[in-house]
Amino acid sequence: MNIIFQTWPWYVSGFLIGMIMLSLIYFGKTFGMSSNLRSLCSMAGLGKRVAFFDFDWKAQRWNLVVVLGAMLGGFVAVQFMSDPSNVAINPKTIAQLAQLGIDAPNGKLMPDALFGPDIFSSPKTILILLIGGVLIGFGTRYAGGCTSGHAITGLSNLQIPSLKAVIGFFIGGLIMAYLLFPLIF
Amino acid sequence: MKVIKYLLVGFVFGIVLTKSEAVSWYRIYEMFQFQSFHMYGIIMTAVGTGIIGIQLIKRKNLKDIKGLAIEIQDKEQGSTRYWVGGLFFGFGWALVGSCPGPIFILLGAGFWSVGIVLFGALLGTYLYGVLKDKLPH
Repeated sequence: MNIIFQTWPWYVSGFLIGMIMLSLIYFGKTFGMSSNLRSLCSMAGLGKRVAFFDFDWKAQRWNLVVVLGAMLGGFVAVQFMSDPSNVAINPKTIAQLAQLGIDAPNGKLMPDALFGPDIFSSPKTILILLIGGVLIGFGTRYAGGCTSGHAITGLSNLQIPSLKAVIGFFIGGLIMAYLLFPLIF
Repeated sequence: MKVIKYLLVGFVFGIVLTKSEAVSWYRIYEMFQFQSFHMYGIIMTAVGTGIIGIQLIKRKNLKDIKGLAIEIQDKEQGSTRYWVGGLFFGFGWALVGSCPGPIFILLGAGFWSVGIVLFGALLGTYLYGVLKDKLPH
């Protein structure tokens, strides 16, 4: 039953992600995760203060159900389908991370240095996660989508605006990884 | 069945993204360092599958689950919002290694610290809502 525990190959994973997107189209919906953030803001009652959140979020409930399913899927995959052989990233990457003071995966999905239980007593790490989140929330709404909405759905539908957004994602990511990382860590 | 199908699609999505390790901070870092083909392979295969599927839908006029014609809305034309918004998201994506989907998946998997990222993402979304009319699109 190796298939359950090993890292799933990119061609299997990519195909399944494509099929997930197509299933939602078949259901008469679209694949887009970041719009749930707007729904959550609206659910919290922010529509009374900001017009952008004054919309019928109940029509988007199906997407929140997708999110709930995804959370359950993440739980099952981590609890029952994990193995110490997972996250076998490039040894060069591991050496580079060590220089930044970030621990090697050894089967973990997330580094303890950034996501471990100790970070709650590190104001710097909390700030990094918070700012990262703000950039994700602000950027996805500004661009009108994230990896699912633009990179997967938009590119699959040959949308030029999505191509611009995806190039933007990568330029931003590269600036962060090469220019800003050394200053932050 | 109406709601269950969305739960099921989400469930598969959560498992695939975790088992492919696309939710992993390490995989995103490795991708931006060009030290592995893994993430690029996932994105390209997903888009390839998507292009074939959408072309089939369009050329064969396939119907959705309710028997209605499938219409996939085009994205609004424009440039500034896509370039600038994309750039901001890219900063965040590389910094905390998650896009919106994985934020939820990781929280479900019990990585509580990702709750800070989610709180930030909601704050960022709120910020956009407040500034929307002042930003160039």
